[in-house]
Amino acid sequence: MPTRPPLPVALAVAPALAIAVLAAPVGFGLIATVLPAFGWFPALGGETLSLAPWRELLATPGLWRSAAISLAAGLLTTAAALAAVIAFVAGWSHTRAFRAIQHLISPLLSVPHAAAAFGIAFLIAPSGWLMRLVSPELTGFARPPDWLIVNDPWGLAMMAGLLVKELPFLFLVTLAALPQVRSHLHVRTAASLGYGRIAGFVLTAWPLTYPQIRLAVFAVIAYASSAVDVAIILGPTRPAPLAVRLVEWMNDPDLAMRFKASAGALLQLGLTATAILLWVGGERIAAVLLRRLCRSGRRFRREGPARLAAAAVVTAAAAAVFAGLAVLALWSFAGYWSFPDAVPRTLTLDIWRRELPGLTRPLAVTVGIGLAATALAVAIALACLERESRTGERVRGRSPYILYLPLLVPQVSFVFGMQLAFLLAGIGASILAVVLAHLVFVLPYVLLSLSDPWHALDPRYARVAASLGAGAGLVFWRVRLPMLAAAILVGAAVGFAVSIGQYLPTLLIGAGRWPTVTTEAVALASGGDRRVIGVYAFVQMLLPFLGFMIATLVPAVAFMRRRDMRPAGA
Amino acid sequence: MTANLRIERVEISLGERRLIDLSATVAPGAVLTVMGPSGSGKSTLLAYIAGFLEPPFRAKGRIFIGEREITDLPANERRTGLLFQDPMLFPHMSVGDNLLFAIAAGGGHRQRRGIAEAALAEAGLDGFFDRDPATLSGGQAARTALMRVLVSQPQALLLDEPFSRLDADLRGQIRAFVFAEAVERRLPVLLVTHDEADARAAGGPVVVLE
Repeated sequence: MPTRPPLPVALAVAPALAIAVLAAPVGFGLIATVLPAFGWFPALGGETLSLAPWRELLATPGLWRSAAISLAAGLLTTAAALAAVIAFVAGWSHTRAFRAIQHLISPLLSVPHAAAAFGIAFLIAPSGWLMRLVSPELTGFARPPDWLIVNDPWGLAMMAGLLVKELPFLFLVTLAALPQVRSHLHVRTAASLGYGRIAGFVLTAWPLTYPQIRLAVFAVIAYASSAVDVAIILGPTRPAPLAVRLVEWMNDPDLAMRFKASAGALLQLGLTATAILLWVGGERIAAVLLRRLCRSGRRFRREGPARLAAAAVVTAAAAAVFAGLAVLALWSFAGYWSFPDAVPRTLTLDIWRRELPGLTRPLAVTVGIGLAATALAVAIALACLERESRTGERVRGRSPYILYLPLLVPQVSFVFGMQLAFLLAGIGASILAVVLAHLVFVLPYVLLSLSDPWHALDPRYARVAASLGAGAGLVFWRVRLPMLAAAILVGAAVGFAVSIGQYLPTLLIGAGRWPTVTTEAVALASGGDRRVIGVYAFVQMLLPFLGFMIATLVPAVAFMRRRDMRPAGA
Repeated sequence: MTANLRIERVEISLGERRLIDLSATVAPGAVLTVMGPSGSGKSTLLAYIAGFLEPPFRAKGRIFIGEREITDLPANERRTGLLFQDPMLFPHMSVGDNLLFAIAAGGGHRQRRGIAEAALAEAGLDGFFDRDPATLSGGQAARTALMRVLVSQPQALLLDEPFSRLDADLRGQIRAFVFAEAVERRLPVLLVTHDEADARAAGGPVVVLE
């Protein structure tokens, strides 16, 4: 056997570094949450273990309602989004409509949660654009009705806001998994046996696809059951969902509230775990039902209504986000715009002129943090993957759970602890701490998005290069890196978009000293000046979009005269 | 400069199954053809000689080019030129850059470019230096791939069914070109194929695997 030249240090340590980035903050963060939750936090005078924080927490009015809304949001939105995705993929794959809607949905992934939520709010509020569209002609309203649509006590608006963002995510994750299980072969076989499209897919391809996307589904549950930014913008207020109240307690000037907040963070962890366990129970039941259906031999050929409903839901979700973003943009240029006019009487640049000076610093901070966290994540991801290619050991195969760890544990239950850990490390509230905090959430997405294209590259290219005399370093820089440039840039754009969207880590780790476009936008939610919100949310939406545009344009221009370097299908 | 390719008691196994048990010497300019159905391990033999054998395969035995033992050398120091079924031209480089990538470092740019242009001319590809490899015909790509291997100055050629993807009429032409170049440069050639016609055209000894 040939002796393998020793790995460069950067590659040798890469997997350990990646695991440290993914697991250490969650681990330390949880420890630093658990201790104060049981009264131990010497800096604040808590030197003995006690259950006092829990007594205080449980005495909080409306606690269980807050928890119930969070639990319901986690389970219901995920179930609805997944059902729509399954029905849509099953009913429409390989059709022209499918490709059209696929192109419509993909960009939605890059829209930050907060911007999408503001867009929804601007659409559905009593004084929102939808109401203006039908007023006063259909409704007779000359003034906005006094309805509680946004921030409704049941959290329906919040769930809608979560749903429209979960749908594109689950859709794209599912699309990525389908070729691996060669779903089209199974669906064709089922069709030749007389099964309808949806039934054929659900009974044959879905059981193979689901295990591939299961962790992503869990991540969606975890996110939806603990989201803060969407809940602040669209969620109920009295009481607010649990995660929002935790952040309030954490930011309370009375530092003693930290004990209660820590206990609450553990409750949030238990709540998210409960949601995932309930989901796993649901999986079991669904599996039994599917088996029965398989054995029953029913063909479900009449599926027209189900197909139409699926297409309608998916299209509506996409349309809602796009329309919302358009209304946001319109507000930022609106002069006089009174209810019930559907469009402003005048357009003006005044708001932009007024807000721009204040926007400069958050913009610089946002882009700076985003670029730094993305660069680190891409470097770590490439080092991990290059090491895999050189040694043949797959890092990801061993530890998919570690990769998903920061996405499965609710942010609120360990970011508090992370803040303490950074303080102890002497970098509390510094921009370095914020970048590292972002890195924790950026790295999983960058690794996930890079890993498939990396492994899809024909290994014979590297072998040809080596047998032509190229050493491992040259193969990486001259063969793999340029051949995968497009995929790497898309991975970077994904990472950048994730960083732009971060609200809680930026707010808590930065202790408010590093305002980003996102934290500023969410802070405006309660103020309610639509024009200013329009400006901030528009910029927030624009940044990831620019990232993806650059990621598409650069390789297209660089490889303009290399036909086989164009993305498939272009 | 030219030397034998010597395969000394090479055994390759997969689990308990012995795939290959081979000793052979290939003289400069001669072709040893290894035939066998898919799964017989013939490509594995090439991977072992070129330095790419990966688990779960296990191998022992020694390989020499002349007096130089390459058994334990990393792939990029073996100087075993490799041709696959597909030309595997790097799609992000021009045809000329593909050749420049293969030419050993050193020499001025003009000299290196001269080597590449001369190689292209030898393959009837004058003026193709700046072309996008994606625009080449099957035969042009196959010839470019061969010239890319040759300008790297290998000491042996390893051919992994390199003609099987070509149309029937093109196949004979490319085959003749490859063997002629190998003879001219006095390179020992190991050809792995499942095509009898390849073996006949090669003219040398044939080893059949089961």
